[in-house]
Amino acid sequence: MSNAAPDRTSKMMSMQQAVAQHVPDGASVLLGAQLEQMIPFAAGHEMIRQRKRNLALVGPISDILFDQMIGAGCVARVQAAWVGNVSAGMGYCFRRAIEQSVPRAVEMVDYSNFTLALVLHAGALGVPFLPTYSTLGSDLLKSNGEMREFGSPFSGEKLVAVPALTPDVAVIHAQRADKHGNTHIWGNLGVAVDGARAAKKVIVVVEEIVEPEVIASDPNRTVIPGFLVTAVVHEPRGAHPSPVQGYYGRDHAFFHQYHEQSRKLEDFQKWLDRWVLGIRSRGEYVEQLGECRVESLGVREHAYSAPADFGY
Amino acid sequence: MDFTEGNHPITAKAHTAALGSPAATDSGRGYSPSELMVAAAAREIRDGEWVFVGMRLPMLAFLVAKRTHAPGAIGLYENGVIREHPAPELLYTMADPPNLRGATQCGTMLDVMSLLQQGRVNVGFLGAAEVDRFGNLNTTWGSREGQKVRLPGSGGACDIACLSQRTVVLLEHTRARLVERVAYITSPGNGSGKNWRRAQGLPARSGPSAVITTLGVLRFDAGGEAMLSSIHPDVQLEDVRANTGWPLRVSEELRETPPPRAEELSAMREIDPHGFWTRK
Repeated sequence: MSNAAPDRTSKMMSMQQAVAQHVPDGASVLLGAQLEQMIPFAAGHEMIRQRKRNLALVGPISDILFDQMIGAGCVARVQAAWVGNVSAGMGYCFRRAIEQSVPRAVEMVDYSNFTLALVLHAGALGVPFLPTYSTLGSDLLKSNGEMREFGSPFSGEKLVAVPALTPDVAVIHAQRADKHGNTHIWGNLGVAVDGARAAKKVIVVVEEIVEPEVIASDPNRTVIPGFLVTAVVHEPRGAHPSPVQGYYGRDHAFFHQYHEQSRKLEDFQKWLDRWVLGIRSRGEYVEQLGECRVESLGVREHAYSAPADFGY
Repeated sequence: MDFTEGNHPITAKAHTAALGSPAATDSGRGYSPSELMVAAAAREIRDGEWVFVGMRLPMLAFLVAKRTHAPGAIGLYENGVIREHPAPELLYTMADPPNLRGATQCGTMLDVMSLLQQGRVNVGFLGAAEVDRFGNLNTTWGSREGQKVRLPGSGGACDIACLSQRTVVLLEHTRARLVERVAYITSPGNGSGKNWRRAQGLPARSGPSAVITTLGVLRFDAGGEAMLSSIHPDVQLEDVRANTGWPLRVSEELRETPPPRAEELSAMREIDPHGFWTRK
């Protein structure tokens, strides 16, 4: 019996190609599946550069990426538990959109973290809904408009039915993958496992492309199998300013600078020109960050896990 | 002032933002108001308990508890991290790299939410823009000078308030924040009073336990209403009443909140030497 991998063509493409081909206007897009780790900022910025419109963003907390995409006018709808700036506070673009329809009206569908995770879990399981006790008695349940209270068919007790979602695209940032899309992630996984399974297409963005043997050496760490993946993008530092465990830390100052520089609409426009619209690629973005800043975020002390023996 | 910025799930960020004024810093007592709140929050954690930990003040509270009276406490973070040994350095978010290295487990959000829904999480910490007479929390819609302000939303707060055995809230004590009735229940407390939670279908063993503010600690009576249980040192009862948006009842056993002990202060200052969360 042969162990040779089936002959599949490489799924690698540039970020520009991946976004152009797989993120159409109006798509529902899962971003930020690992919460504050590995947020696919490079992918979101490319969507802004390509002037994507009417996107429906999906994600638990999103940190500042949703705020930027909303401010850039790419977004018609947000299905999330929290939109803002985790270490600094409010998302000003989000506020302007909801309160003043600037730059456009955005529909916010409020979920909690748990119920948002269940939306994707139901999608991944292929069932129309899942039950939970969470959100009972809250106004979130009333205003959300998608979740429904129902009685258990067994005991009659009250539960909330959380409807399934299968996003058009999930963009997952990860540490490493092979060219077929078999993807290793380590650290907190958030909703990445279900998100990748629920989505109709998966774009994986990685710090490193490695040989298939490296991925196959540790299949428990393969969070996303390649056959679910549509495109693989090699984009080192593509998650900055969020951290990628083992590759770089969180650029806290960047989040705080964004907070200050997005408070006023005209300042946000300048921020967007400087960090997104005025540059062509992630490479130019990293150049603009500067060697010093990039270096200061690097891993100070490596901490490799002990190898697992898959021998027999 | 950004105090209506709401809160990331289980954080007290709005609180720390509000404490940015010089008046809120150390006034000769040897500790800041935030440090007193952290110490009070730490004492809500009992040894061996499972704790849904938030960033900022609750993160410090968990650490203080671990290093003092509750070395066996277990910390759960909604991004999927579980820790029995607190991270060795200052965290800005729960997914900062130091919080992953050396974790007991790095898993999915459902891994930790499943334990929460089972009813096995003893205590969860939350921040809020508003809390009301019955412990309901709002982090979705605030108001400023009559204008509605869209706050970031629930995060995990609604889940924790619904499902953890005890919920502890940290926030600044002002009339704008301790209100008769929240404008929007992001995270349910006792609703409109006794038996309300059960009528909604919420688990029997769940609900608000304490509200730790800059002026005192509120707890809940049998009717589900918040009442002043302890008052911070040097705070006058009139000040607490004047800064509360409803006629606040006072416990017959009202006591003074014990100030932070030396070992509690040294634990917080070791992890946050520049007072990023407690002194800014």
